[in-house]
Amino acid sequence: MKISSSEVEYVAHLARLEISEQEKEKFTFQLNDILLYIGKLNELNTQGVEPMSHAIAVTNAFREDRVADSIGTEKSLANAPDARGEFFRVPKVID
Amino acid sequence: MELNQLTIHELQEKLKNGETSAVKVAESVFNRINAVEERVHSYIRLMKEEAMSAAEQSDKDLQSGKAGPLSGIPVALKDIVCTKGITTTCGSHILHNFIPPYDATVVEKLASAGAVFVGKANMDEFAMGSSTETSYFGPTRNPWDLTRIPGGSSGGSAAAVAADECIASIGSDTGGSIRQPAALCGVVGLKPTYGRVSRFGLIAFASSLDQIGPFTKDVEDCAIMMNVLAGYDPLESTSVKAEVPDYRQYVGRDVQGWKIGIPKEYFIEGIDPEVSAAVKDAIAVIEKNGGQCVDISLPHTEYCLAVYYIIAPAEASSNLARYDGVKYGLRTSEARDLLEMYKKTRREGFGAEVKRRIVIGTYALSSGYYDAYYKKASQVRALIKHDFEEAFKKCDIILTPTTPTPAFKIGEKTDNPLQMYLSDIFTISTNLAGIPGMSVPCGFTAAGLPIGMQFLAGHFEEGKLIQIASVYEKNAQIEKRRPRL
Repeated sequence: MKISSSEVEYVAHLARLEISEQEKEKFTFQLNDILLYIGKLNELNTQGVEPMSHAIAVTNAFREDRVADSIGTEKSLANAPDARGEFFRVPKVID
Repeated sequence: MELNQLTIHELQEKLKNGETSAVKVAESVFNRINAVEERVHSYIRLMKEEAMSAAEQSDKDLQSGKAGPLSGIPVALKDIVCTKGITTTCGSHILHNFIPPYDATVVEKLASAGAVFVGKANMDEFAMGSSTETSYFGPTRNPWDLTRIPGGSSGGSAAAVAADECIASIGSDTGGSIRQPAALCGVVGLKPTYGRVSRFGLIAFASSLDQIGPFTKDVEDCAIMMNVLAGYDPLESTSVKAEVPDYRQYVGRDVQGWKIGIPKEYFIEGIDPEVSAAVKDAIAVIEKNGGQCVDISLPHTEYCLAVYYIIAPAEASSNLARYDGVKYGLRTSEARDLLEMYKKTRREGFGAEVKRRIVIGTYALSSGYYDAYYKKASQVRALIKHDFEEAFKKCDIILTPTTPTPAFKIGEKTDNPLQMYLSDIFTISTNLAGIPGMSVPCGFTAAGLPIGMQFLAGHFEEGKLIQIASVYEKNAQIEKRRPRL
């Protein structure tokens, strides 16, 4: 076993994702399958290979620091499940 | 032939000489949708009202000589590209009510070229899938056999073109999501070079792999679409300032003396014999027309899928952190505090495949595992890219099957993620290396299912893909069939 069901639960918590008992069992089984498959990468010696993060090397996409049009507060809040005034409203954070 | 069955270039001709009007073309498309959409389910949302008024505008533009290259052409948009004022769901419950305040750059470009938007096409939730079965809005069916999947994740875009429910469409491709459904639905699909087409307004899945591209009925239409889509965008920091050629000029040019690389790792046991036979026939056609086959090797091919299933979920787990019930989309009604609100919203809003990938990705990036998974995968990715660099020293173009099998049955692979992932085995390497790839129809199985083959070229060499695909299309004389619906 590469990953236990309590690890799956912990990782889901890190991802702020509630999962059911049933999902936890199923994911544990499926993730082990996938991680086992992924384990084949260890066949390769990659010592000294520079990790690649992007396919096309573009660096520093700078532009002039000029104010351009933006969406504005009203439109930015238009999709919010709970907006009040100029703010996104959320349930309480601490008691 | 009905108007909705024609290609872009055929319609351009008819619209230009006044043989038909944009309104008639749009009506023909919506008539077809009325007749077949209930069975195929290519669309999440239709935009009939907007389409009819855009078509009227196109007719005015055509009359006053202000027409753009796509004036009056009905185009479907995968529901992953943002459309200002029109709900954009990404196939997910969590975005079921999201109305973007802006257009994606590709939407803007298509609109200013005169395109008439038919609707938002169905897709796997957040583009995670190979069958369009993970859509919150229900699966799309393959127009060639309604018991089968159309491929994915851009299954709705592919099916809409195959079923003549639009003339062309837009998809996105992270590991094969344009080319695989194009192959399984018998249409042309192109994934451009990473950076060729702006991703601004494309809802992000795996940002280092995602790319937007067209589905069309033939190769010339693909060139016409690319002329509109390609180009640098200051709003997108990974779009590349490289010159954009007129892609249409490559249509019809010969490939005399071109070296066609045949990678041995892509012609392995386990490929469906009918797929293998069709691709071999296609190779013979290209050889007859001046192409010269050379054996090549892409030695790290067998590791592509493993690399992809670390990198894509890792990037996705980070990209999807934004769906938290605060700024847009779904919010649970059951939470007592903020943490519970996040967790329950995401539980209710995401489907099983998305949750699975968020968990894999978070695990791969979590403390203690980063080096073993993400870093290792990024190193092997570099080796895969290097394989292609070496291969393109020996050949102009690489030819492979697009998929190992024709379309599979709905439900066949939903319980086995790994089996599902394997259907992308020939398309994933392209995204990892950032090179362009194109799927072109190359025949049918005895049961009447479409088969596709894939051409690959070096960075920014989409023109070469169009050139060889047009030579093949012209000389292969694949029987023109339409799905019986």
